[in-house]
Amino acid sequence: MADLKSVEGMIDSTPIMKDYADIESSKLPEYQIDSKVPEGPLAEKWTNYKAHQKLVNPANKRNLDVIVVGTGLAGASAASTLAELGFNVSNFCIQDSPRRAHSIAAQGGINAAKDYQNDGDSVYRLFYDTVKGGDFRSREANVYRLAEVSNNIIDQCVQQGVPFAREYGGLLANRSFGGAQVSRTFYAKGQTGQQLLLGAYASLNRQIQKGQVKSYNRREMLDLVIIDGRARGIIVRNLVTGELERYAAHAVVLATGGYGRTFFLSTNAMGCNGSAAIQAFKKGAYLSNLAFTQIHPTCIPVHGEDQSKLTLMSESLRNDGRIWVPKKKEDAEAIRAGKKKPTDIPDEDRDFYLERRYPAFGNLCPRDIASRAAKERCDAGYGVGTGNAVYLDFKYAIQRLGADVVRDRYGNLFDMYQMISDDNPYETPMMIFPASHYTMGGIWVDYELQTSIKGLFAIGECNFSDHGANRLGASALMQGLADGYFVLPYTMQNYLSDQIKVPHFSTDTPEFDKAQKDVEDRIAKLMAIKGTKSPDEIHKRLGHVMWNLVGMGRTLQSLVQAIDELEDVRKEFYNDLRIVGSANDLNTELEKALRLEDFLVMAKMMAIDALHRNESCGAHFREEYQTADGEAKRDDENYMYVSCWKYTGDNEKPVLLKEPLKYEAIQVQTRNYKS
Amino acid sequence: METTISVNLKIWRQRGPKEKGQFATYHLDNVSTGSSFLEMLDMLNQQLVEKGEEPVVFDSDCREGICGMCSLYINGHPHGPVQGITTCQLHMRKFNDGDTITIEPWRSAAFPVIRDLMVNRNAFDQIQQAGGYVSFNCGGAPDANATPISKEVADVAMDSATCIGCGACVAACKNGSAMLFVSAKVSQFALLPQGQVERKRRARAMVKKMDELGFGNCTNTGACAAECPKNIPLSNIARLNREFVKAKCAE
Repeated sequence: MADLKSVEGMIDSTPIMKDYADIESSKLPEYQIDSKVPEGPLAEKWTNYKAHQKLVNPANKRNLDVIVVGTGLAGASAASTLAELGFNVSNFCIQDSPRRAHSIAAQGGINAAKDYQNDGDSVYRLFYDTVKGGDFRSREANVYRLAEVSNNIIDQCVQQGVPFAREYGGLLANRSFGGAQVSRTFYAKGQTGQQLLLGAYASLNRQIQKGQVKSYNRREMLDLVIIDGRARGIIVRNLVTGELERYAAHAVVLATGGYGRTFFLSTNAMGCNGSAAIQAFKKGAYLSNLAFTQIHPTCIPVHGEDQSKLTLMSESLRNDGRIWVPKKKEDAEAIRAGKKKPTDIPDEDRDFYLERRYPAFGNLCPRDIASRAAKERCDAGYGVGTGNAVYLDFKYAIQRLGADVVRDRYGNLFDMYQMISDDNPYETPMMIFPASHYTMGGIWVDYELQTSIKGLFAIGECNFSDHGANRLGASALMQGLADGYFVLPYTMQNYLSDQIKVPHFSTDTPEFDKAQKDVEDRIAKLMAIKGTKSPDEIHKRLGHVMWNLVGMGRTLQSLVQAIDELEDVRKEFYNDLRIVGSANDLNTELEKALRLEDFLVMAKMMAIDALHRNESCGAHFREEYQTADGEAKRDDENYMYVSCWKYTGDNEKPVLLKEPLKYEAIQVQTRNYKS
Repeated sequence: METTISVNLKIWRQRGPKEKGQFATYHLDNVSTGSSFLEMLDMLNQQLVEKGEEPVVFDSDCREGICGMCSLYINGHPHGPVQGITTCQLHMRKFNDGDTITIEPWRSAAFPVIRDLMVNRNAFDQIQQAGGYVSFNCGGAPDANATPISKEVADVAMDSATCIGCGACVAACKNGSAMLFVSAKVSQFALLPQGQVERKRRARAMVKKMDELGFGNCTNTGACAAECPKNIPLSNIARLNREFVKAKCAE
């Protein structure tokens, strides 16, 4: 800590600090944040809102067009539900089918406050656990609403024919996830995301068949079109032909997922990107809490430089698996050198560090805590494998339950692990290590899920709203579907009700001309660089900078260094990028380059956000701010707010606005998973 | 322990659906046996790009065997020589140093080639649109535990619902039939109480659409189930046949 001051002194005099120091202008009236949280007691806000919001009558709905970008849980559920209501929906995805959006890869489950297990669950408890899990950095009213509608989601999905796991009596089964002391997670083997997405896809297909949704596959949004201050359309690139296409609507919904691939290696799919968020940012939408990126504790460790992505092993494994590293450093060294096997280490020489540090929650403590604890052990020299891995051991579960029960619960996950690692988890412990998985930060939205641009909405992972500084397991599916099925279809009408006299838009306007021209210029500029580095090479470099300096543990110094190094990566991109092929054709290299260009902007904003937040909370761990026993030290006095970054120009400093967080129904306290 | 191998690749390259394609051969050294098959292709593409050549186009997204985006006919097998996995889950440790690996796109009239190894599978979406759902609007569902479903039935429905829609069944079939794909979805709903009301209509509509789109007939060869990365069993096709006959009789 001794040289911290000098670093502070140093950065005060660099332009970096000033990048976000322009807080004065945020006091201007046009920069005031209105979260539109309804009045009244917390438990009645959503009911009151629904009772008093403006609606659009059925005859007018058919005159209104809505664009939904993305077909994951949030996008598909919103598109189908809006269409069921009678709006004309156009729905876009980059994959070859809406069914392939990355929600499909979610394994473990979806939370709901059904209390089917009679274990004391309630809407309030789900709400409380989510706010606490998020380390008191989420908006209370949004989270309460999420918990309220969670039960409707389960009903909806069962009616769609989602084959959730069941007990022998025929009722739905549940399991536990991190950060909860009740069993509230519904699941379909280790493929819950797949089954929920196929449910939403089925509802979407019904509306496509009816002609109420027009589905556009292999299309990537490249710009947002604003007319008279309102979001009115998008420019997309047809990924098969390379042609640019224009689409207009009364409102635009972004459901484009998170920016986890800023780290290059992550559990996200190859096509996941943060580009729509950056396009919205550049048109005036605020980006919030970007420093809150979730590093998932149970992923298969990195094997080498050619690796393209990391594979998650479901958090549900922590129900029965025990996490440990050797107690003795010499054992860890012997294992790394291949001289000992994990099965050679007797129980008394194993350090079950989560059970040791967090007795009350043990192996089921929240993700940020489990990830940091793994990193702490590995940094201290107790890691196994390459040194960056810990064990997740099923020996004890097999002793307790028998191999058949374990196979029934986790068989497909074990198979997946064996396929990738060539180890048999029934016989030897799995090796796991944390990896970038989910982004809590994202596009700022108000209570109605509207961004700071009128007529532009953001739902699912791409918004910032519900998970605060850390998301609990099985809550992403819940939020995506809550937004799409039960929140946006109501709240959007409050906006659309005053649009009923606005005729269908033409794409033949100067605004569309300009947006398309901007995209053409942008593509031409990248194609003209004709350097030597492929987009993937530069993206890997970006990933290294982000993982090493803006990853699980951040310091003032590392973040300052990151911003410096990001500038180098940016220069390399604009001076040495090489895109083979042509722009007016199918071109996967160009697709990667365009996404990478946006990741570069996102990366810098993440670093700035992490640098400005002088506290540790949830997944944002600033090493300077920790307690004596290594826990995150929040600064509620100075940082209990949502950071909202406003774009002011490519070479201008972003402006920081703040949405203060007020907790009325909950007592803010230090997170404690120990007792 | 992981090691590195060299492989020879024989890859189908085709500019567009109407253009003539041909095999191109490539040699690749220093492939880690711990790499996935698609990471090996990433390596090849990186080398092609360095030489200023256009990369081999192939589909992939989740790279963990669930999205169904990846395809590839590898050494005569959809998703390669290992049973029960997708191409993205195939690892190079399954190959030997010096092997020649032949890589082709899905070949089926209903899946035209877009470029190289990428094909158009929109026909699958169209079949689902014809009836692969329970018709109800969001908001009207009864409590999730109102209708008990036996664990056995739920488990079989889940096994059918596991289909990832990759199209390997069609690619494996000498007739280019989509019966396994269609039967998996029809089975899921035929088994569950929520699917009963539209059971007949669904079977008729999905089969009709499948026939319209140019998929071949099923001759019970069973290649589809043998090559399915999710091990969807052939019993689904038997169920679809029953469902379809019953639906036709009721007309």
